[in-house]
Amino acid sequence: MKTNDIILQTVTKVTLFVIILFSIYLFFTGHYHPGGGFIGGLMSSGAIVLLLLAYDIKTVTAILPVDYKKMIGAGLLFSAGTGTGALIAGKPFLTHAYTYVSLPLLGKTSLHTAVLFDTGVFLVVIGVTMTIIQTIGESE
Amino acid sequence: MIVIFKFLIGLFVLSGALLSLVTAFGLLRLPDVYTRNHAASKSATMGVMLVLLGALLYAYLDTGHFHSRLLLGIAFIFMTSPVSGHLISRAAYNSGVKLWGNSVRDDLAKQRKKTANTR
Repeated sequence: MKTNDIILQTVTKVTLFVIILFSIYLFFTGHYHPGGGFIGGLMSSGAIVLLLLAYDIKTVTAILPVDYKKMIGAGLLFSAGTGTGALIAGKPFLTHAYTYVSLPLLGKTSLHTAVLFDTGVFLVVIGVTMTIIQTIGESE
Repeated sequence: MIVIFKFLIGLFVLSGALLSLVTAFGLLRLPDVYTRNHAASKSATMGVMLVLLGALLYAYLDTGHFHSRLLLGIAFIFMTSPVSGHLISRAAYNSGVKLWGNSVRDDLAKQRKKTANTR
């Protein structure tokens, strides 16, 4: 018997965007409020897991054609790159720089290289979680 | 803070807590999975939503911070909690959990039998 998952799938379509938005909010608020790369990445991968629960793995890979192992590599490269950027500027490893910029829409904003480090954490967390879950899910 | 809002917030939080208590009693007292699920997914949703609404109003009127996360949480719980109840109930039915002995109607079983005959 073919199961009819229309309620789950419709609610997934609506709530997925709420979860993704909240994870992005958690990621960017991490410097001043509770949040950051780790919890944001976990929540993003939670949204993808919800998509995996509502649909099958083929549909999800068609929607998000991402190789999560490469995502781990990209995240590590981001984190290591911000460290070596300080070395190139003649400072100790992982020295972060920041500046205040007044952007047209957002007003006075601090641009900090720690965000790039956090992007690395974000990508690694998504990559590791999704690699674990997909490899467990695929094995018969 | 205006006194009438103090009472309103107290009303929201207390009625939400009361509904959660009613949920717990329902889970203990009701006879089978479906009636328990009915208690859990309805009144717990409303209870949590009322508590969150009270917290939202309190934070706004006390400190002036509008926590939109609480509003998002209310909307999220309102959307997802009944669906999870539906999924648990359906999983229980499909794995053959019996209804309470005194129940009189099972429309889904009738429908299943009808579609099985036509096939």
